[in-house]
Amino acid sequence: MNNQESNTKPKERKRKEKPPVEESLLAMGHRACTGCGEALGAKLVMDVAGPKTYVATATGCLEVFSTPFPESAWRMPWIHSLFENSAAVAAGIEAGLIAQGRDKDVNVIAQGGDGGTADIGIGCLSGMLERGHNVLYVCYDNEAYMNTGVQRSGLTPFDARTTTSPYGKKSWGNKTEKKNLPGIVAAHNIPYVATASVGYPFDLQRKVKKALSIKGPKFIQIHVPCPLGWVYPAHLTVEIAKLAILTGLIPIYEMEYGELTRSRKIGKNRKPVEEYLKLQGRFKHLFSGKPEAEEELEKIRQIAEKNIKKFGLA
Amino acid sequence: MKKFIEGSMAVAEGVKICRPLVVSAYPITPQTHIVEHLSQMVADGDLDAQFINVESEFGAASVVLGAEASGARSFSATTSQGLLLMGEVLFNIAGMRLPVVITVANRSVSAPINIWNDHSDSMVIRDSGWIMLFAENNQEAHDMQIQAYKIAETPEISLPVMINMDGFILTHAYETVDTIGQEEADKFLPPYKPEIYLDVENPITMGPLEEPQWYMETRYRIQEAQMEAKPIIKRVAQEFKEQIGRYFGGLIDTYRIDGAETLLVAMGSAIGTIKDAIDELRDKGEKVGLLKIRCFRPFPNEEIIEVLKDVKNVAVLEKAVSLGASGIVADEIKGALYHTPYRPEISNFFLGLGGRDISKESIIEIYNETITKRQDNIFVDIHPDIVEQIKIR
Amino acid sequence: MAKPVGIYVKPGSSKENKTGSWRTERPIFKHDTCTDCRICVMVCPDGAVFGSNYIYDPDYDYCKGCGICAQECPVDDIEMVPEVR
Repeated sequence: MNNQESNTKPKERKRKEKPPVEESLLAMGHRACTGCGEALGAKLVMDVAGPKTYVATATGCLEVFSTPFPESAWRMPWIHSLFENSAAVAAGIEAGLIAQGRDKDVNVIAQGGDGGTADIGIGCLSGMLERGHNVLYVCYDNEAYMNTGVQRSGLTPFDARTTTSPYGKKSWGNKTEKKNLPGIVAAHNIPYVATASVGYPFDLQRKVKKALSIKGPKFIQIHVPCPLGWVYPAHLTVEIAKLAILTGLIPIYEMEYGELTRSRKIGKNRKPVEEYLKLQGRFKHLFSGKPEAEEELEKIRQIAEKNIKKFGLA
Repeated sequence: MKKFIEGSMAVAEGVKICRPLVVSAYPITPQTHIVEHLSQMVADGDLDAQFINVESEFGAASVVLGAEASGARSFSATTSQGLLLMGEVLFNIAGMRLPVVITVANRSVSAPINIWNDHSDSMVIRDSGWIMLFAENNQEAHDMQIQAYKIAETPEISLPVMINMDGFILTHAYETVDTIGQEEADKFLPPYKPEIYLDVENPITMGPLEEPQWYMETRYRIQEAQMEAKPIIKRVAQEFKEQIGRYFGGLIDTYRIDGAETLLVAMGSAIGTIKDAIDELRDKGEKVGLLKIRCFRPFPNEEIIEVLKDVKNVAVLEKAVSLGASGIVADEIKGALYHTPYRPEISNFFLGLGGRDISKESIIEIYNETITKRQDNIFVDIHPDIVEQIKIR
Repeated sequence: MAKPVGIYVKPGSSKENKTGSWRTERPIFKHDTCTDCRICVMVCPDGAVFGSNYIYDPDYDYCKGCGICAQECPVDDIEMVPEVR
């Protein structure tokens, strides 16, 4: 097991007694699948943001599993409107709060999945960023349209098998690499862009805290494994999230005003991409032993290599 | 105060006195002047609102949805393609019972692209749950803004209101408009204080998933609120009349219907031309009058039956076609009469599509045809030679 | 006045739904080698681990038995056992 989180210092912590664990602001009883990475991500975000936070959520798993009427898992003011407009709804909330003089000491968060953010919702996201609203956008990236049954999105990785990018005689799965969404967002020259992962929850929460301390538009993309869609046993969610980073396939970094300011080095802990891929059913077809499969694996190694160079992860 | 102003300015002035806190819009002809005027009012400090320039009408509708949910009175305006792009959000706003007001500068829908007036745009949105009002002239468009907020924000209604005014014909026309002063407006429309809104002190969840055991009841409540809005719309028009002194009808209005055997039915700016035609026909001794539909949603069945029950002929003049079916207003009128003993002959005409001029002469011809024989789905003033030129590829 | 049904919901009411019945495996927190690091608390997707001062336990009314806590515990102080009811 690998739990070398840089900011975890057990010895130091032992000295002062911590207060008892409080209930999360994402209440128990929600209907996320067992081992859901997105539920974990949202819980970590909400608990840093605190109760004085307005949340607009896009249609998707997160919205469906948390708000089947008459139940809601949210303990803060929360709204769901449509699939593609959470950024615009959050912008409207922010404008409404300013107009009413109720914008002091509160946060406004918009959130959605990878499809709701990188594909159908990218227009509203771009508008919100460009106008400079004091809103944090959180994208929970589980790399496909999970709520509708694992269809391919713009953030589905290369060669991953989904229900609309299947493996077959003439296909190795998804034909495209992940869209560089953080790059697109950073091109709006906003104060803060970060990628994070549920594999590193302390790092994730630090980034949310930092983002919320900055006025203006902020964006965090959180890599959240999905046991159902990626086809792996539920207890491996955090493990797989860590491997995505340690193989270089998911770079974890921060950008301020469009410039890369910090990245999470993997250095000697770097793992071969196979260690990440072979745990997941969506990449099973790459391990048939056929020479063509080996060629595909090589392409994925090259993606990791590119990331390591681009973000200085070595 | 009487001012000689453009229709769009009449709307902007009407909106301003409602003190909206958030205005969000995207430019599209012929709506642009409305939001340009509002934008200038904000820039000049005459309107204390957040003016949010967005990336699309979809974004505009979503911004006002969020603002309204936060408890802020909100406004938007659009037309045509923009209204259609808003469509998904419009259904959502009504479903969430948010009393947003938007003004639509009615325009045709592409293809072919055409920026001029008809009612094709709003008619597509008619099943969304919005209350839909149609203004006859710029004075009514001005007066409707404040009435719309009062109707929308009535707690038992809590539905959005769409004010329809004919693009260019009204929005770009200069007329003398008697504008309402701020003091009068504040007396008429109290500040917006919703019972339910997003608030960190009293957190709620809005927009939950509703499974089959809940959805129908929620939709039932919208239908119920639409029906309950009928007396409210009439009451608000009465209150307006009493306080401000102007009246353009409640759900409907009529013109020279005493002893009429034939009634022409229409919505929007064509009413003016139709009135002129009726005056001319009445001068010649023809027994003809006008039924103006001011409120299309909720549909005023009872009021329409009351007016049509004793007439022989009805001619419905529409600026939209339900392609593959018939005239939308005509069919709804026929439906309203079906369970009554009244059986006027109902003719329906399409006119003014894509900005085609509506002349008094055409109206008189419509009348003459209607009294001769029932007319179904007639495209008025259509040129057979042009039809002939339009070939299927 | 009666409020329209369906447009709003009370916060945190999901607790009406006891997801503990989903479990096929049950995490047992042994309290032997715990270092009070709270990784189990952090990684629980359901926010269902509670306690303080080296003593942590899941709320079995809600724990879905995913086993992430057992997988991630750096000192192997959590064991997954088959659920028997």
